[in-house]
Amino acid sequence: MSNEAALHGHPEVVTTHDVHHDDHHHKQSFITKYVFSQDHKMIAKQFLITGMVWAILGGLMSVLFRLQLGYPDTKFAFLEDLLGSKWAKGGQIQPEFYYALVTMHGTVLVFFVLTGGLSGTFANYLIPLQIGARDMASPFLNMLSYWFFWLASIVMLSSLFVETGPASGGWTSYPPLSALGDASEGSKTGMDLWIVAMALFVVSSLLGGLNYITTILTMRTKGMSMTRLPLTMWALLFTAILGVLSFPVLLSGFILLLFDRHAGTSFYLSDIFIASTQKALPNEGGSAILYQHLFWFLGHPEVYIIILPAMGLVSEVMSINARKPIFGYMAMVGSMFAIAVLAFLVWAHHMFVTGLNPFLGSVFVLLTLLIAIPSAIKVFNWLTTLWKGNIRFTPAMLFAIGFVSMFISGGLTGIFLGNSTLDIQLHDTYFVIAHFHIVMGVSGMLGMFCGIYHWFPKMYGRYMNNTLAYIHFWITFIGAYLIFWPMHYEGLAGMPRRYLDYSNWLSFNQFGDLNRFISTVAMVVFAIQLLFVFNFFYSIFKGRKVISQNPWQATTLEWTTPIHAGHGNWPGEIPEVHRWPYDYAKDGRDFIPQTEPLGSNEGSH
Amino acid sequence: MSTIFLLLILLFGFLITFQIAKASEYVGVLKGEKKNFEQHNRINGFLMIAFLVLGLIGVYWCNELFRGKILGESASKHGEQIDKMMYITIVITGVVFIITQVLLFWFAYKFQYSEKRKAFYFPHDNRLEVIWTVVPAITLTVLVGFGLFYWFRITGEAPSDAMQVEVTGKQFGWIFRYPGKDNTFGKKYYQNISDKDNNSLGLIWEDPYAQDDLVVGNEMYIVKDQPVKLIINSRDVIHDVGLVYFRQKMDAVPGTPTTLWFIPKFTTDEMKKKLNNPDFEYEISCDQMCGRGHYTMRGIIKVVTKDEFILWKAKQKPNYVQVFPDKDPAAPAKAADSTKTASVVADPAAAAKLMAQKN
Repeated sequence: MSNEAALHGHPEVVTTHDVHHDDHHHKQSFITKYVFSQDHKMIAKQFLITGMVWAILGGLMSVLFRLQLGYPDTKFAFLEDLLGSKWAKGGQIQPEFYYALVTMHGTVLVFFVLTGGLSGTFANYLIPLQIGARDMASPFLNMLSYWFFWLASIVMLSSLFVETGPASGGWTSYPPLSALGDASEGSKTGMDLWIVAMALFVVSSLLGGLNYITTILTMRTKGMSMTRLPLTMWALLFTAILGVLSFPVLLSGFILLLFDRHAGTSFYLSDIFIASTQKALPNEGGSAILYQHLFWFLGHPEVYIIILPAMGLVSEVMSINARKPIFGYMAMVGSMFAIAVLAFLVWAHHMFVTGLNPFLGSVFVLLTLLIAIPSAIKVFNWLTTLWKGNIRFTPAMLFAIGFVSMFISGGLTGIFLGNSTLDIQLHDTYFVIAHFHIVMGVSGMLGMFCGIYHWFPKMYGRYMNNTLAYIHFWITFIGAYLIFWPMHYEGLAGMPRRYLDYSNWLSFNQFGDLNRFISTVAMVVFAIQLLFVFNFFYSIFKGRKVISQNPWQATTLEWTTPIHAGHGNWPGEIPEVHRWPYDYAKDGRDFIPQTEPLGSNEGSH
Repeated sequence: MSTIFLLLILLFGFLITFQIAKASEYVGVLKGEKKNFEQHNRINGFLMIAFLVLGLIGVYWCNELFRGKILGESASKHGEQIDKMMYITIVITGVVFIITQVLLFWFAYKFQYSEKRKAFYFPHDNRLEVIWTVVPAITLTVLVGFGLFYWFRITGEAPSDAMQVEVTGKQFGWIFRYPGKDNTFGKKYYQNISDKDNNSLGLIWEDPYAQDDLVVGNEMYIVKDQPVKLIINSRDVIHDVGLVYFRQKMDAVPGTPTTLWFIPKFTTDEMKKKLNNPDFEYEISCDQMCGRGHYTMRGIIKVVTKDEFILWKAKQKPNYVQVFPDKDPAAPAKAADSTKTASVVADPAAAAKLMAQKN
């Protein structure tokens, strides 16, 4: 506590550079501080900014293919100037390029932004700060985790410049399409680069995940029992466990795919005649469906890898800004545990129409709909957290509320798709697009924005511009509904996803106006994200300075560190924890920090 | 040029927004942080409730706008069950959707910051938590129960009188095969496939069962009110037979045949009248990404009456006969009738009658 007293007593001292390097006497060069840094806070920022670059690229890809979908007959001369005559002949996006765009958009957003960017950023940033540790269990592995991510990014990026184009078989890359270069241009070099990049990504994710788990389990400060962890920590712990258990399975699937591509094996290939070469392949006895099992064994936990951290961030921000404890802490932890367990038992609901045994399908229906129960518990707990609160609409809080709204909307459509009977009609239609974009894409992004706006003052010692943040929130939130809500109707009409052009179809050509509307809104929403990016970088250098150590009046440990915390986080001793992190509005006090001992007649939570 | 102009406008818009935002921050500092915060809070609180009201109106309006554009009555018996399940699910989730969204934004508005209000310390309540564990559990049990009941009926064995049609997907089109008079599909082997030699499925000609098999491209004929079982294959990559009006869908996987069955309720002609659309066709869409031509992989199903079907079938020549015209039992005279008009029609009189009917 002497440490605490010192900090509170001399706030001006802690911002100077020497104090927080007391116990770390090494001199840092530019390289060790900003590039090959082993400080978890710097690594988090590296993940965040790399993720932002990917988000812009991935978003731009969606703008390009939305141009095609909204205006299938229009010629955009600038596209040909920009992309060359192979991909955008006469100013119109060519089919190969369209499929490359949707593939890369999916891969980039799911893995590089919402896994690498989201978990990578907030697990690295928050874990040591919120549990009271000086750094990760292994700062070196942590650094490697980022650099493998960087390497994966470079390889994936390079595939965009290959002559035959990047992978174009969808983000799921189902073989045989992804295994046979003769069946698709994108399955040539682009696919190899895709697999290599994804393998590197898996390595990064495993190095990070093992570190997160070890750190949370072994490096908590004195008094920080598991039930005193903020919900962000629980969420990130479950996320890391999911990743560590499921990513290796994905890697195995990729390795078999690589063998089928180059070593003449037949894991996924059987009975194939290629029309373009007029040749029958020698492969017999493989099962294309095997890949789907391996893929979705990761693929489904993956959506929870995306959404759990967002849930954790939202829970934390919501409690702080409602000035009220999160409702049902143990139920929140329990439901996250249930989601994490069930995540491994539902993968085949992506495969109801692959010819899966109907009985097996029915088991997966049951297990899938079970997930709705913990999800419902979480939603009701968030609602109750708002009830009788005293809500401050900080930008982070707006994004947290937006997250809950999106999660409800997208979660409910999951009940349609998880029910095999309805999945027969809705599978691979725009209904699916609407569902997963709302529940995973938009919710994940809103959760991430929520986290960025909330912890930005901690990261950079400055605030982001509030007005821009409010504009960013409302346009993004309303725009996301305008884009994805009407897509449900396209799905109910049976409109298949991944079509370049619907005008030749009698059954699906009635939505031309709607497609144009969606494309227009998508472009506006994308433009607004650039405003956010601008706000972010501008505020790093020019934002209003943070003068209070605890600007949000929060209880958790990261706000006991100096405004500009150095490597090691706390200049003196690590503070001791005496209570759970949600003592807001207790006993007539606005908030009680975790570091404050229990009063003599005060009951612990 | 217009592109550059557009970008300039965009940039200008950004600059203006940014200047306003910066100015408002300075104004905030001048006004005092607390007052500024309270004002922002009130605006956002109002926007919360405005979003709720406008959003719900929007949901209603969107439904009015598009409900006529989605699928109408199902054209298969199975589809009726799927539609029923759909309505049950829409009602249940719709109720939950409205309740939770209203609560969310109402609470946000109602409990926005006020100097007078004290937040209520309410960390947990076992009774409430049990309620919202048990109620969703019961609701979901109902949904699972209905769902599986229909699921097993739809995916169960096809009736024994079902007509069998083999559907094969390829990049980028569909091939259909009917067993001939023997009602049995002949053997095939993919290594025999040769588009050049007109053996698109790789039939084994030595197999007598294969010799009367009919192979047709892109248009599939089936009979109203007669169950039809599709045996689905792929020649190269994974495709998917999507039949929106029949509410059916099944992947076509190379090396692993799959099946689906249904009973069509209306002929194509009846649907044309029903939907008041003379161009109506039952389309087969490929619903699994299969390469550059994925979006062009369109097939047609013609649902016809029993008589029309018999007539149509009689006009088709087995694949075997097309490949070996001299083995045609129907044309022992070995006439040089390789032209289509002469060879296709077995009974010219009946065909003429059918054409007359159609016109």
